[in-house]
Amino acid sequence: MRPAFILMRAVFLALAVSFAVGATPSDAPPVILIQNATVLTISHGVIEHGSVLIKDGKIAAVGQGIKAPDGAQVIDASGQWVMPGIIDCHSHIAVDGNVNEGSITVSSIANIADVLNPDDRNIYYDLAGGVTAANILHGSANAVGGQTIVIKLRWGQPAAKLPFEGALPGIKFALGENPKRSNFNVPGPRRFPVTRMGVEEAIRAAFTEARDYKKKWDDYNKAVAAHEKYLFPPRRDLRLEPLVEVLEGKRYVHSHCYRADEILMLLRVAKEFGFKVRTFQHVLEGYKVADEIAAAGSGASTFSDWWAYKVEAYDAIPYNAAIMTRRGVVVSINSDDAEEATHLNQEAAKSIKYGGLTEEEALKLVTLNPAIQLGIDKRVGSLDVGKDADIVIYNHHPLSAYAVVQKTLIDGRVYFDRERDIAARADLEKERRALVEKEKKSAPAAGGRSGGRGRPDGKKPDETKPEEKRPDEKKPGGDKPEDKPKPPSFFPRGGAL
Amino acid sequence: MNSPVLKRRSSNSKLVRLLVAVLCFIFAPLSHAQSPAIAITHAKIFTLAGPPIEDGTLVIREGKIAAVGTQVEIPAGAQVIDAKGLQVYPGLFDAVTQMGLSEISAVSATVDSSETGAFNPDVVAAAAVHPASEHIPVTRAAGISEVISTPSSGGFDSAGENGVVGGQASAVHLAGWTIDEMLIRKSVAMVVNWPQMQTRSFDFNTFSIRERPFAEVKQEYERRVNELGDWLDRARHYAQAAGQNALSQYDRDTKFEAMIPVFRGDLPLLVFANRAREIRGAVEFFDKQKLRIVIAGGNEAYAVKDLLRSKKIPVILRAMLRLPPEEDEPYDRSMTQPAELAKAGVKFAIASFDNSFARRLSQNAAAAVAYGLPYDDALKAITLYPAQIFGLDKELGTLEPGKLANVIVTTGDPLELTTDVKYLFIHGRLTSLENKHHQLYEKYANRPKAAE
Repeated sequence: MRPAFILMRAVFLALAVSFAVGATPSDAPPVILIQNATVLTISHGVIEHGSVLIKDGKIAAVGQGIKAPDGAQVIDASGQWVMPGIIDCHSHIAVDGNVNEGSITVSSIANIADVLNPDDRNIYYDLAGGVTAANILHGSANAVGGQTIVIKLRWGQPAAKLPFEGALPGIKFALGENPKRSNFNVPGPRRFPVTRMGVEEAIRAAFTEARDYKKKWDDYNKAVAAHEKYLFPPRRDLRLEPLVEVLEGKRYVHSHCYRADEILMLLRVAKEFGFKVRTFQHVLEGYKVADEIAAAGSGASTFSDWWAYKVEAYDAIPYNAAIMTRRGVVVSINSDDAEEATHLNQEAAKSIKYGGLTEEEALKLVTLNPAIQLGIDKRVGSLDVGKDADIVIYNHHPLSAYAVVQKTLIDGRVYFDRERDIAARADLEKERRALVEKEKKSAPAAGGRSGGRGRPDGKKPDETKPEEKRPDEKKPGGDKPEDKPKPPSFFPRGGAL
Repeated sequence: MNSPVLKRRSSNSKLVRLLVAVLCFIFAPLSHAQSPAIAITHAKIFTLAGPPIEDGTLVIREGKIAAVGTQVEIPAGAQVIDAKGLQVYPGLFDAVTQMGLSEISAVSATVDSSETGAFNPDVVAAAAVHPASEHIPVTRAAGISEVISTPSSGGFDSAGENGVVGGQASAVHLAGWTIDEMLIRKSVAMVVNWPQMQTRSFDFNTFSIRERPFAEVKQEYERRVNELGDWLDRARHYAQAAGQNALSQYDRDTKFEAMIPVFRGDLPLLVFANRAREIRGAVEFFDKQKLRIVIAGGNEAYAVKDLLRSKKIPVILRAMLRLPPEEDEPYDRSMTQPAELAKAGVKFAIASFDNSFARRLSQNAAAAVAYGLPYDDALKAITLYPAQIFGLDKELGTLEPGKLANVIVTTGDPLELTTDVKYLFIHGRLTSLENKHHQLYEKYANRPKAAE
């Protein structure tokens, strides 16, 4: 790759980032009043001609006739709709590189929190779709996958500012075709497990170890407390520690699953070892065992209408969210895909058509319910006084296919503003043309341009990992396989390797 | 043992009844002569051939639209459907799908969408469209009454390789016991997968992302384009020989034979290309070849809109709901493109390019409206425009007398997410909206409460 080209790419990237950062005020005004909007509170109905007052990043008042305090910035949202920011309970954005540590059956040592990438432009795209928080998951390669983290989409902030403060971390499990690698071949010997029987035993074996490990530490700590002498602490096991946290209720289990029987399997294993499954992810056959999921107190985070991309998705129905909701399960609709996340409000609306949820129930699928599932509902998920000012403003009702996000706020700061985005385009285009001209002038007479999307790290193709960043599942309306550097959908994007 | 043959012999009248039943079964869907007329009354009718008609009546007879308007006489004996408060539109038309060719995309045994080898003009989608596919009733419940079943059209079912000339696309009704009953036109386009210049691609042999220098990719691109040119030359010579009735002098070639309608100008090429440079390459190449093309995909059609307009080349656009094709494009690039193309005078339709997501067709059209496309254009992009692009607008696309009665009756705007399709007519027949998804819903919504 020629240096000039590298420079150009670097400048493009810097431009893209700086532009969007520039679109965000460095310091949010301490007081903002969003007024004259239809306010969808989610928790206490709809307020026509309503206002939301924001102080110090928190919601200070919600209602009609709120006066703007002195010095407040006023956002006039006449004819617009205001609702809490969308929470995506299954995302793989903002991850540097691959989302799967696919080499081992129990990859609990791997932690997504270690590889957060604040420069991933998918953060900006999803912000522009009204998403303010997301559950960033490890892929579905392994029965027991890696550790997960909840973030806020604070585009322009460093990685350290992305994590959702105080949100409990999680761990990804995966059942069915992906961990058993049904739909693809990976070079090299087959890896245990290759059956659903094996998936169950992989999880049981891991928790059997974790239970013993926990007991060793409990015994040791008891002995320390009793001032016993000549004690040796057990050897730390970084693979088992996250599982001990699961047993102690300090870490949530988010399990990828499809078929009804494997859902019940995991509930049995969880009961055996005394932990909870916080959410079943995808859970496309959840509607068949909704009572059992509800009785276990687990949440279900599903797709709106994806189906038939593999055998375990052949009984998927768009009524899934509605049936589970009616049977008492806390249900959310997630994306598993940076693009799908940009219209989760629309995906939620489908549950009205398929299964007859009310408008409020539908909106909860992408706001309050995922907040409950992630244990952050005291902070976000509805427009209530005291909650974080994570807010999205639409030009139409968010359950309409015509609704376009106008502004997205996190902690009372405007992180996405459609008007500002559009206004900046002319300058950006001008700058781009100038760069292209510069590149043309500096181009040597001979020799082809090398790979435009080449790696700046200079890695050779054969060093590239097979599991470059891919989400777990198929992408709707996806490209032909060769359009994008990723395998077709049925290769679980998270690699499931 | 009592043989059924003996039984039939023993009762001539039974045999006759059986024969009549069988014959009715076979011919009923093909002949509408005996079916009563259907009148949809008191509806707001969007004919797409004029302004909406308030409190209108639409009469269907013998599979076709017999009359539409306010002063329409309801034929004696007609089945009347009171559609007060409902709206009537042409059925939706999904112009690129793998309908019937792919059931579960991850399971190759259920996938018949892409033949191996580079040149397969002789394969025809209709030969493998599976009328019992569960995708068909699921898709039509979303108001889609007809699709183009398109071989070698990518999606998730391909093994990563698509031939260059992929075969013939077939226009089918989403109803019928057999492909013969489903068929609108066996061959509406010849699929061409235009070679791509892709520096990064997924390599299935090593299961890794493969990166190659641009120069190498460009060289391969040019080689493949040249191969296509050479092959087309041979096919053209064959067609010329056929035109002069001189084929008896040569060995017959089924592949070249299949290309004859293309060279005659009867069959357009449906050329899959997404990047601007590839669209430009394809347009210039086929312009020299003097072959009629339709671009499919067209992710960056906005960048070559003037060329497309000046050459009068229509585009079948992929789903709007997608991220921008390049990182330095605006975030809403894919959504604003239809409005931009419409403004520039480029003819386009919108299609799902999929099976599972075919029912998102109208959602995508709505996204185009949300980002500036006039509503009328969006609706036509999934009804009339695909019919025009594939030369089926005499039969489909609007509600006008004489056209095939592919009609939907809805509770409201068919582009909205919460609108229900109340009635669906395909080829004039009231067609079931029941499907696998609804059946599973009924079954499990009624599951008795699980024992604690």
